[in-house]
Amino acid sequence: MEKPSAAELEQFRREVAAWLESERPEPPDFLLPETFLEVGTDEQLEYLRAWQRKVYEAGYLGMAWPREYGGGGRPAVFQEIVNQEMQRLRVPFVPNTIGLNWAGPLILQMASEEDKRRYIPGILSCDDIWCQGFSEPDHGSDLGSVQTRAVRDGDSYRIRGSKIWTTLGGHAKYMILLARTDPDGASKYAGLSFFLAPMQVPGITTRPIRKLTGEYGFYETFFDDARIAADCRLGEEGQGWQIAMATLAFERGAAGGQAGGLSSQAVGVGDVVELARRARRDGRPALEDPIVRDELVKFLIEERADALCRERAAIPALVSERPAAIALSGKLRTSEHRRRLMRFAQSLLGAQAARWVGDPGVVDGGLWQRSYLNTFSSTIGGGTSQVLANVVGERVLGLPKQ
Amino acid sequence: MSSSAATGRPAAGIELSREQGLLLEIAARTVRERWPIERVREHLETEGRGEAAEALEREIAELGWYGIAIAEEHGGAGQGVADLVPLVEPLGRHLVGGPFVATQIAAAALGAAQDTGLQAHWLPRIAEGQPLALALFEGDGSWDLDEPACALRREPDGSLRLVGEKQFVTDLGSAAGLLVSARGEEGPALVVLEHHQLDGVERTPEVVIDLTRRSTTVRFDALAVPGDQAIVGAPALAALRSAQEAAWLLHAAEACGGLQGVLDVIVDYLRSRRQFGRTIGSYQSLKHPTVDLLIGLERARSLLYHAATVISRPESSAAERETALRMAKAAACEAFADAGDRAIQFHGGVGFTWECDAQLYLRRALWLNAQWGDPLHHRRRLAGLLLA
Repeated sequence: MEKPSAAELEQFRREVAAWLESERPEPPDFLLPETFLEVGTDEQLEYLRAWQRKVYEAGYLGMAWPREYGGGGRPAVFQEIVNQEMQRLRVPFVPNTIGLNWAGPLILQMASEEDKRRYIPGILSCDDIWCQGFSEPDHGSDLGSVQTRAVRDGDSYRIRGSKIWTTLGGHAKYMILLARTDPDGASKYAGLSFFLAPMQVPGITTRPIRKLTGEYGFYETFFDDARIAADCRLGEEGQGWQIAMATLAFERGAAGGQAGGLSSQAVGVGDVVELARRARRDGRPALEDPIVRDELVKFLIEERADALCRERAAIPALVSERPAAIALSGKLRTSEHRRRLMRFAQSLLGAQAARWVGDPGVVDGGLWQRSYLNTFSSTIGGGTSQVLANVVGERVLGLPKQ
Repeated sequence: MSSSAATGRPAAGIELSREQGLLLEIAARTVRERWPIERVREHLETEGRGEAAEALEREIAELGWYGIAIAEEHGGAGQGVADLVPLVEPLGRHLVGGPFVATQIAAAALGAAQDTGLQAHWLPRIAEGQPLALALFEGDGSWDLDEPACALRREPDGSLRLVGEKQFVTDLGSAAGLLVSARGEEGPALVVLEHHQLDGVERTPEVVIDLTRRSTTVRFDALAVPGDQAIVGAPALAALRSAQEAAWLLHAAEACGGLQGVLDVIVDYLRSRRQFGRTIGSYQSLKHPTVDLLIGLERARSLLYHAATVISRPESSAAERETALRMAKAAACEAFADAGDRAIQFHGGVGFTWECDAQLYLRRALWLNAQWGDPLHHRRRLAGLLLA
């Protein structure tokens, strides 16, 4: 593929920005979720689904995916520009993140031709919402201990067990499912298999989980001898662990190939700076307080450093000693940064930090309080920070396992 | 970062030049082979610089490193100060403490000084490896260079005399000359002295925290300065700005290198030391904070190469340059000092001994903090730039 010129990319950026500005949906009369993890009501989902469909139909989603499955067949840099502009212009996020950025690239990488044609178009158009069935009630970050059973029965598998933290589970048409096909495998990892499982089959039920913020978005999923076709299996029996790891690499951004699009509308350092400008300390703007200023500068340095790390990771000569360090530490760095940032924002609210969403006097509708509590979804989900610190310590620094 | 007016998007944040890419590996290998930790230890026990250090300096000169950032018309390779970053990182990593960095800062100052006479006299000599020392800092501890107390006084007969004290002048013994800042008639001025002009000037060795450094206090008692050795007015200000940029960048590079070195020391120890029947690196109480240090390194190194990129771009504004450089210096020095501190703690009782190498890195980190602005100083200036 020919490398686009800088002028061509700049022209494209202007087009995208103009389109997003003119086509962004009117703000709804209900509170939108902050990220795809908190989509809790039908009206929230339908609003966001319509937006994803519009973005896709304009050609701004899956731009680097192959044309034959509904993608744009263009260099990845175009999608990156769209992602950046969506972020910059703070348009709503697209809700089918698990399909677009985790399941989708996995399917393109290793599924059959038939499966690619069956699944990819619906992921892009948002007709088919995807969810992920990895974590279980007794095994959060310890995926190797998955107990949900998949028992081969003729042309099908019978699934029995339960999954938890199933984002969008109550709305999903498909699930990427990790289940145990061989309980007597050579190791706990060897007995796992991976499925692209339909959700609307008898024996699968979901129950919403109420979060610490009072919001919904996560589900518990129960499999009561649910029967799914044998050809739902991805890869061979026993390859589930490797495929799950490949999925996590997409999820954590350690591997490329995602369809793109924004998956959250979360506040950042710039918003906290603006809050500090409005907040008062001793009768003056908090932004004039030297301690507040130093904290903000530290956050700004980290934010810029993390953005630059993504660029440096793509220059082999500058990551030659520990090529995986930046990618494997990405979620750990950025989720912990956000958690500390939002916690700091509480201190800028002063006495008003005591209020919560729904109180008529709460600052900015309670955005800051809700946002802080929601940051734990990314410091815990997809591998807790503590598990990831083990992964980085062991795989990047070569430190011994526990 | 430069940005497009149309969309406000920043230009690419990190670009590695071909020259930088070539130098990265060669420099890392050269310094690693020539300056193992045993050399550092020998150097600590040596009065002055010692033969091994002089041999390394000669080799660096023969490799042409001194001339990389010097214009071709003055016998250099015509690259920029950003191209020195891959050289200075390994110098920091292996705790080399020689005149290279100070000399490059002096060269950057002279290169911006618009004084063709002094440039023609000094830059070719630097390019072939003659070091120049810096006398810019004074007893008040200020890291801003604009108001030196040291004075370049004009006598009634029109001659110039230098009066005052300068501190933390490193590697003066081997320097071919000395770049001194002073208060002139129209703001800051610079004087470039030949080594022989220091005969009779009071020089007092300092005892400094970084044992690899040879540092001196110099007191000028009305030293006569020929007019053609002084830079005054706008060229002096431009030279000081340029020195400052080079210094922030190269000290960030040195700190990033030191951080990589001390992280290696920590990881080696955590992988080999056994206690309570286990290799201590398997304990999360040691593993997790070590990962935090790695994250500090990854962030600092990204900011370092970003700063190198920004100052190489002619279209970068003064504020963009200053922001990128101060961020790099603050982040690298903070992370290096954190790592040096943890390196001692993680070695347990051994860490508290003279023989443990961890202290050498912490001492270097504390020295670098004190040079050209510590992290808090740079963050205070960044607040002014970023939080208007």
